[in-house]
Amino acid sequence: MASQDIIARSATTTVSPSVRNQEEVAKLIDTTKCIGCKACQVACSEWNELRDDVGHNLGTYDNPQDLSAETWTLMRFTEHETDAGNLEWLIRKDGCMHCAEPGCLAACPSPGAIIKHANGIVDFDQDHCIGCGYCITGCPFDIPRISQKDHKAYKCTLCSDRVAVGLEPACVKTCPTGAIVFGTKDDMKEHAAERIVDLKSRGFANAGLYDPEGVGGTHVMYVLHHADTPVLYAGLPNSPTISPLVELWKGVSKPLGLLAMGLAVLAGFFHYVRIGPQLVEEDELPILKDPAVHEVDPAVHTFDPRGEDRP
Amino acid sequence: MIRRQILRYTPNQRTNHWLVAIFFLMAALSGLALFHPALFWLSNLFGGGPWTRILHPFMGVVMFVLFLGLVIQFFRANFFISNDRLWLRRVGRVIQNEEEGVPPIGKYNPGQKLLFWTLLLCMLVLLFSGLVIWRAYFSEYFGITAIRWAMLLHALAGFVLVLSIIVHIYAGIWIKGSVSAMVHGWVSRAWARKHHELWYREVTRDEHPERPISKKG
Repeated sequence: MASQDIIARSATTTVSPSVRNQEEVAKLIDTTKCIGCKACQVACSEWNELRDDVGHNLGTYDNPQDLSAETWTLMRFTEHETDAGNLEWLIRKDGCMHCAEPGCLAACPSPGAIIKHANGIVDFDQDHCIGCGYCITGCPFDIPRISQKDHKAYKCTLCSDRVAVGLEPACVKTCPTGAIVFGTKDDMKEHAAERIVDLKSRGFANAGLYDPEGVGGTHVMYVLHHADTPVLYAGLPNSPTISPLVELWKGVSKPLGLLAMGLAVLAGFFHYVRIGPQLVEEDELPILKDPAVHEVDPAVHTFDPRGEDRP
Repeated sequence: MIRRQILRYTPNQRTNHWLVAIFFLMAALSGLALFHPALFWLSNLFGGGPWTRILHPFMGVVMFVLFLGLVIQFFRANFFISNDRLWLRRVGRVIQNEEEGVPPIGKYNPGQKLLFWTLLLCMLVLLFSGLVIWRAYFSEYFGITAIRWAMLLHALAGFVLVLSIIVHIYAGIWIKGSVSAMVHGWVSRAWARKHHELWYREVTRDEHPERPISKKG
């Protein structure tokens, strides 16, 4: 059956099937409710059958230290001292943001290795992945990881397999405080708005929703106490966009480059047709004779009736 | 009667050139497969996408090393001389196959010299940017900004290189006698005098009539 719900494919220059009108989904992560229990990490690992290597404790609660091909989500802990001198423990569940305009998809050179579903989920198809790592270059959030086992790229799928059959992502199902919720994007925005009103009433004047415009909005959103400075949350970009370097590398320059190569070949062809080859006429220079070779048979005497050559 | 020819490229130089050409062709085709989706089908020539990704950097490194061989042998002949400036100013006449007013030049014309230095620059950029974006071995040592710059420069240098080689190949088709110079090594005296007169004078300055073939024949 054709996948009619794939609305964007990597390295594909024509429009993907887009007649289906699915509602966009979103996962809302409320950092103000998160207690850092890492149940979501465990649920992710269980559902997706991922078993990362046991790492080392480097003196923080971050465990493991970073995302990997086998760790698709991770709690990042930040100790933040406010201007008033209070210590705040900012905990952010890191993972793929499922951008509406995904940098990974724009950068990927392999047709169909990265796809965007009509519901907004950005998924990697490891069957088509060639392992070049361009998705890492394109991602504004530093999410994809290449496995050293199979050299394929991996990241959070937003449990596209569960969502496709009407279930919520595993991390959402397991979250004990209701800090992670899942639904249509509109519903999640509405829910977030209520949470923000509540937070503001409790002294978090800068509370807000993180749904960055620079990447067309995301299908994983955060409620932040300090939405004016997202970077506090373990380096969450303040205004993420696809890097201008990536835009230049993947944008209009490559079709123009191909055009220039084609024109160069054409220019050569028509130069040959109109002006023609540079030929060397070999008799421009007299062919030197080898004096050792007699070209005239000495046995043949030429008859000279008038005897003019005689001395 | 002897048609006395001049040796333009030794067997080693010819072999080196064609090895570079073969590796360039493979690196370029596999690189173009990743350059734009319209050319991704080229990856089939190398056994599919993953094999293209695996092979491309190795082919590039081999090409670079072999190219260094050409650089060592030819860089002296590619320094610019005073006539080159006038030649370049009159390149319009050269393109029109006109000879009047085009000054005599050495073993390489300024166009070839520009190509030589452009190729060298592209090869260096391709090598170093290529190492930065070589995921399997080196990318982990570089930050994301360095990798993004390297991606951009690698594509740009690859583009300039392919464009330069298109010009190079066409020049070979256009200037009759130059392909055979690189295939079997010899050029006619008339060819040498017409296209590279200063070089011709230099190689025939103190000559005795000799057969062009070596004793090994």
